Amino acid sequence: MISVNQISKAYGAKKEIPALTSVDFEVSKGELFGLIGPDGSGKTTLFRILTTLILADSGTAAVAGFDVEKDMFKIRNIVGYMPGRFSLYQDLSVRENLEFYATIFNTTIEKNYHLIKDIYVQIEPFANRRAGALSGGMKQKLALCCALIHKPEVLFLDEPTTGVDVVSRKEFWEMLKRLKSEGITILVSTPYMDEAELCDRIALIDKGRILEVATPAALVNTMDSPVWAISTGKVYAAMQLLSSFEGIGEVYPFGESLHAVVDAGFKDTAGLKLRLQKAGIADAEVAIISPTIEDVFMHKMKQAPHA
Amino acid sequence: MTQFKAFIKKEFYHIMRDRKTLLVLIGMPIVQIILFGFALTNEVKNTVLCVADLAKDDMSQALVAEVNASKYFDVKYTIDNVEEADRMLRSGKARMVLVIPKGISYDLRHGHVATLQLITDGTNPNMATTINTYLTSIVRDFRTHHFGKLELPMTIVTIPRMLYNPQLKGEYTFVPGVIAMVLMIICVLMTSVSIVKEKELGNMEMLLVSPTHPLVVILSKAVPYFILSLLLVTIILLMSRFVLHIPIRGNIFLLYGVSGLFIIAALALGLVISTFTNSQQVAMLISLMGMMLPTIMFGGFMFPIENMPLPMQVISNIVPAKWFYYAINDIMIKGLGIEAVLREILILAGFAILFIFISLRKFNLRLA
Repeated sequence: MISVNQISKAYGAKKEIPALTSVDFEVSKGELFGLIGPDGSGKTTLFRILTTLILADSGTAAVAGFDVEKDMFKIRNIVGYMPGRFSLYQDLSVRENLEFYATIFNTTIEKNYHLIKDIYVQIEPFANRRAGALSGGMKQKLALCCALIHKPEVLFLDEPTTGVDVVSRKEFWEMLKRLKSEGITILVSTPYMDEAELCDRIALIDKGRILEVATPAALVNTMDSPVWAISTGKVYAAMQLLSSFEGIGEVYPFGESLHAVVDAGFKDTAGLKLRLQKAGIADAEVAIISPTIEDVFMHKMKQAPHA
Repeated sequence: MTQFKAFIKKEFYHIMRDRKTLLVLIGMPIVQIILFGFALTNEVKNTVLCVADLAKDDMSQALVAEVNASKYFDVKYTIDNVEEADRMLRSGKARMVLVIPKGISYDLRHGHVATLQLITDGTNPNMATTINTYLTSIVRDFRTHHFGKLELPMTIVTIPRMLYNPQLKGEYTFVPGVIAMVLMIICVLMTSVSIVKEKELGNMEMLLVSPTHPLVVILSKAVPYFILSLLLVTIILLMSRFVLHIPIRGNIFLLYGVSGLFIIAALALGLVISTFTNSQQVAMLISLMGMMLPTIMFGGFMFPIENMPLPMQVISNIVPAKWFYYAINDIMIKGLGIEAVLREILILAGFAILFIFISLRKFNLRLA
């Protein structure tokens, strides 16, 4: 449904700031595909290229078989896009905003109400309130409703859940699943690693390069080195110390603890604990954990060339 | 079509709900009409006049009464000798001294030449000339009234007649000027700012990636402002007719037709500006500095273009407001028909086509 071949794009007068470098991936029909990467990794640029808003410097891309450069209007007819910097019309009411977006996408609220129902019922009590007078979270929910009110063949969502509370994020992903079950192909980007696991397949992107494309499960399996979790009250000191130890790769904070990628042959958790305690980290606890997508991401990021 | 309607509806919501801007838009022409009509005028009224009536007879008194009755003069002081006149002017008490010589009745009734002396404070030459003219014409009226037209052989008398605006009312020149200025502000400024606003807020990205053609997005911006502009033209015309009592002599449909043409040209100009910038502030600056100033300077209603040095006169030709002002002046004040303003209509149409062409060429179907 979406195919990206060797797409490169650079900004600046002399194209001195690379945004995307030889990006390749395929998204099949009805797939919920996640683009996971930190801020500034090139996610929005990729979205804009795929939604025909900007042209790539080199490479080709197609959406539903239409070339992003030549078949611009054909693509615009069948895709939906929610930009990251999307804003509502502040002086229009909740209902007027929704009605307007429904109309420009050739549909009505009634026709596609089932697609947005779960989230819309929460803002429905404020249907006549101006969008500008809504709370931040409510605004984002309305924006989601506006983006989802039409039923496109392919839906592009650029960081739709940034700034949304945990409960609403969950509801939003439920909504995406429902859309997917209706046969809509969805490309969604997010900086939240926990959301990655909800996708069918994900692409890890960093500094304009795709690091890996796989299902969340397969991605975790690509991790060839064990990951240990070290919990302590002296996080910073422990991190410094661990980095200097032989046989330990990357060390990074993970929630309230530290994660360390260790050499494959390295098995002695008790030994490490002892070493830490000797060095003054008395409360250190070391445990072997199964790696998460974030661990994979951190690992791949360090291994990637030009990183 | 439903999309087009939805867009127009949305634009009207934007306009109607921004009460302050709407108030400014509607209030501005009203305030300008009132200001220009009653406060800012280059007519000289109620000039303080000092009379040295040396004759003190029925004829001289009748003349003084007539001068005093006019709205242009206010006879505040009377003196008995000419020597005092200098003091009156020097102290600034009076701007003008009218000296009526002894025996004026006798001279007039016996067909002799009667001479009046006017001593005017010439520090402001324009004003001095103006009040001189006023007084001379009052005296002429007085003479005609009392003795009929003098048909002296071998005498060349110029009898100036002011066509279209016999009382030389200032209102006549600025009503078309206010129309031109207001339309320029609404059409150029408001359109460009409202389009750029969509870009700035990021809505344009989403609107571009929709089945709606980008041109529909842009065109729907123009429609509400077109209607609003015609409404304001109507307000100005009604105000000038019923508050300032300026007759609309020409064909009203022709007047609206030319206004419509100018509005289209100005809207297209706003569109051109919006394609050059992504920031509301820049759009506003370009519209105000780049468009409003030339309109005021070269529009012809503030400063006569004939007085400008040649290069300036040439520059004034590329200011659409100038041609609009000429056309409106011809239609509204002179009551001329379409044949008189054909040149202006063609030039305005040319501007409209040029701006539409540029904006279509520059209009970006993508973001960058």
